[in-house]
Amino acid sequence: MKNKLICILDYGSGNVKSVFNLLKFIGSNVIISNDSTSIKKATHLILPGVGSYGTSMEKVKQKLPISVLENEVLINKKPFLGICVGMQLLVKKGYEYGEHSGLGWLPGTVEKINVKSHPLPHIGWNNAIIKRESKLFTGLENINDFYFVHSFAVKTKERFILTATEYEIEFCSSIQKDNIYGVQFHPEKSQRAGIKLIQNFLQVS
Amino acid sequence: MKKNRLIPVLLLKNGWLVQSKGFNRYQNLGNPTTAVKRISEWGSDELIYLDISKTDEYSIRREDQNYPNRQSFLEIIEDVSKVTFMPITVGGKIESLSDIEERLKLGADKIAINTSVIDNPEFVLKCAKEFGSQCIVVSIDAKIKGSDYFVYNNKTSSIVDSKVTELSKLSEEFGAGEILINSVDRDGLGGGYDIDLIKKICSIVEIPIISCGGVSEWSHFHEALDLTKTDAVAAANIFHYRDQSVYLSKKYLYENNCNVRKPDLLKIN
Repeated sequence: MKNKLICILDYGSGNVKSVFNLLKFIGSNVIISNDSTSIKKATHLILPGVGSYGTSMEKVKQKLPISVLENEVLINKKPFLGICVGMQLLVKKGYEYGEHSGLGWLPGTVEKINVKSHPLPHIGWNNAIIKRESKLFTGLENINDFYFVHSFAVKTKERFILTATEYEIEFCSSIQKDNIYGVQFHPEKSQRAGIKLIQNFLQVS
Repeated sequence: MKKNRLIPVLLLKNGWLVQSKGFNRYQNLGNPTTAVKRISEWGSDELIYLDISKTDEYSIRREDQNYPNRQSFLEIIEDVSKVTFMPITVGGKIESLSDIEERLKLGADKIAINTSVIDNPEFVLKCAKEFGSQCIVVSIDAKIKGSDYFVYNNKTSSIVDSKVTELSKLSEEFGAGEILINSVDRDGLGGGYDIDLIKKICSIVEIPIISCGGVSEWSHFHEALDLTKTDAVAAANIFHYRDQSVYLSKKYLYENNCNVRKPDLLKIN
């Protein structure tokens, strides 16, 4: 872990500190920064997110150097992990309180989970059903309950879906395209499974 | 499938972790941060941390605990969020939106509101609008009077002229994300949950119910999960007196085919 440098991007979402605490706990070199130099220097980037889609994307545009990020992630292929709304922002469009554009690094949309009898938000521990093998879920075949808090979820092409989760219907709970990862749940609140998932992400290079 | 949760409740009174009996007798248990770390290691699903101090003094007046002697509940929350990787609900003396914001910034995920709701149920609406329903837990203390359950006000130590069912329904309508229901009559007695109370609340609201009050055996958790629609089972006292209590109770429930997360032990340095 010592040769890794993780940069947590902070667009003003509430859960940055919890993600930071987890990375500190597993002994990584971690900083919270939106600074171009830090983003370039980092080996791994994490974008935590809480809040509604439109507002979050607005703040991302205001606070993050998007062209620098895109250069690092899309051209230099630096490992990137989006958490919760941070995952949702990776796709093209979100439909929470109107239509909003996301970063568009992956195809797809973010829509309200289409439940009829279950209450929203979907809050609590639920399991991730592995749909495709990936480094992110190595060793998580048996401990795969994660903590969720959300009402919206990503819809994307099957080949990008790593796991699905069942809550009356099945929704997509994690995605990957090359070096870009996204998880709908909160690894920073998911104890052993969350710690393992973050460690796995740091193994990606 | 979404799991039922097992939630330890920690009560903090003037800097000390305490055990409560009938909402009026308290016994000191020790350092609040050490207890949280232990509970986190035992693979708890969540944690509810309630400040029940009636004054603002928080020192435990000891310097031999390997943790700084914290002077305020807020400092304690911050310490706690560094040693736990699970959702934390924080409650006690929540009177304004800024009280909530402050606690969220320090690492709380959800906020439990109690007395402020009794005085002004619309406060729930204000909070839910600002922070989202997922963040707001309305905590109601129930006491039997005649043949029904009435709301108990812990601040004034008196029964309020409002039924628990009515306040629960109102809280849901105003946007509460969850309801934490605690039985004052069962508190600290160890005779098991008030099943009728839980059933009653579950039948009138759709949001998740967290049940509390009266647990002294693992089987009490099982009973509530088996007989009622409660989403979570919570308890305080039982978790402090047995090593690996959270792990062992989870194991018991898992082995009895309850819909809970696999029991797990972590090591936190």
